[in-house]
Amino acid sequence: MAKSALLKSSLAKKYWMAFTGLFLCLFLVGHLIGNLQLLIPVSEGARDTFNEYALFMTTNPAVKVLSYLTYISILFHAIDGLMLTINNRKARPQGYVNFKPSTNTMWSSRNMGILGTIILAFIVVHMTMFWGEMKFGGLDETVYTTANGEEVKDLYTLTIKTFQDAQYGLIWAIAYAIAMLAIGFHLSHGFASGFQSLGVNHPKYNGFIRKLGLAFAVLVPLAFAVIPFYIHFVLEKI
Amino acid sequence: MNLTLKIWRQKNADTKGKMVTYQVSDISNDMSFLEMMDVLNEQLINKGDEPVAFDHDCREGICGSCSLQINGEPHGPDRGVATCQLHMRKFKDGDTITIEPFRAKAFPLIKDLVVDRSSFDRIQQAGGYVSVNTSGNTIDANSIPVDKENADMSFYAATCIGCGACVAACKNASAMLFTSAKVSQFALLPQGEVEADRRVLQMVEQMDKEGFGNCTNTGACEIECPKGISLENIARMNREYLKASVK
Repeated sequence: MAKSALLKSSLAKKYWMAFTGLFLCLFLVGHLIGNLQLLIPVSEGARDTFNEYALFMTTNPAVKVLSYLTYISILFHAIDGLMLTINNRKARPQGYVNFKPSTNTMWSSRNMGILGTIILAFIVVHMTMFWGEMKFGGLDETVYTTANGEEVKDLYTLTIKTFQDAQYGLIWAIAYAIAMLAIGFHLSHGFASGFQSLGVNHPKYNGFIRKLGLAFAVLVPLAFAVIPFYIHFVLEKI
Repeated sequence: MNLTLKIWRQKNADTKGKMVTYQVSDISNDMSFLEMMDVLNEQLINKGDEPVAFDHDCREGICGSCSLQINGEPHGPDRGVATCQLHMRKFKDGDTITIEPFRAKAFPLIKDLVVDRSSFDRIQQAGGYVSVNTSGNTIDANSIPVDKENADMSFYAATCIGCGACVAACKNASAMLFTSAKVSQFALLPQGEVEADRRVLQMVEQMDKEGFGNCTNTGACEIECPKGISLENIARMNREYLKASVK
């Protein structure tokens, strides 16, 4: 029984949801640190630094392992979430005429599925625009040699141009901000919920975990969202 | 006060039910919600109509029989009380009150507002007990030292009356608060430690088998629970289960 208990039971679904979710929180921090390099102006060598960093991130074997873990986590998190939603719908075939969940729960905690779907849609668009271009797309033609003598693809110019585009730049930035808002709400429930699912609940630490979760949910997506607007309005034009 | 009641009426599990509107008048502020239901039923009986079926027994908040989803919340708008302890002073003259049965696949409807909550009994039977030697050399329970804090937490978990409000309040119709309270009350004590792993594995397995939903930590159960059973118990069950599963 113990074997299937860690795969099939209702609690197993919670563990995997929490485990992959918290892992993805770590990924967000890593991704954000990388993105912050986009705030450096091109005249200070940002193009070379960022592209060398992108090359490192796509070729380093340790990063590769981490990135595959991230893809698996996203997939697992999404599939697990979908299965949970289907199961949970089945658990109440006849609904209430009058149901007031707002009196006892937070909006985000009840809408993790919708928020997750928005985030998944964002990930697909995001991967097509940047990761896809880097791996398979037009960036192959933009290869140049940096001051350090490394042959890199010009992901920096692609990113900056996307958000500095006179016609669509601001629209992309707003769309990006909406996705970050969804991530923020998702995290406002998900972060602390992950700890609860893994059994970390103690009156002494609950307040701290909840506050840390809320701070994470506000600060990380906000920092992500500020970058495209900074690129559009403030950063030196290229 | 005068009230409009919208009550779920359903003859049995095989027929379709619907909300039916009733008027009750001269309801005293001091009545309990169930006494108000009694007034309605007397009114119906006098008219020769079928009274509304609802569960109740002790009427002092300890048996867990009364259920009722009142105005969208199990046991109504008050906190920390069962339906029998809910006073009519929580409502205003002229209010419309909706009264529905607890809804879950694992709580099949029997009649009107009465649902079958024997799925809870089966979860309990799957492992919610301790083995004690009763064949002549029974050890006095007080001879086993128990940490005060654990004894208190175990007692709080044991105050669960198994009414099913947690399931009714949960958007996923999950029974994790109930199951975790029953797991916790034993997990915190040295008695019954022998069957600790088997207990949590079997109770969770039974809970899943009954068709309850999965917990997504919304916390609705904890707020609606008439006994204030804490989410801490669910986390404890998660720990116990993880520990038992990897062994």
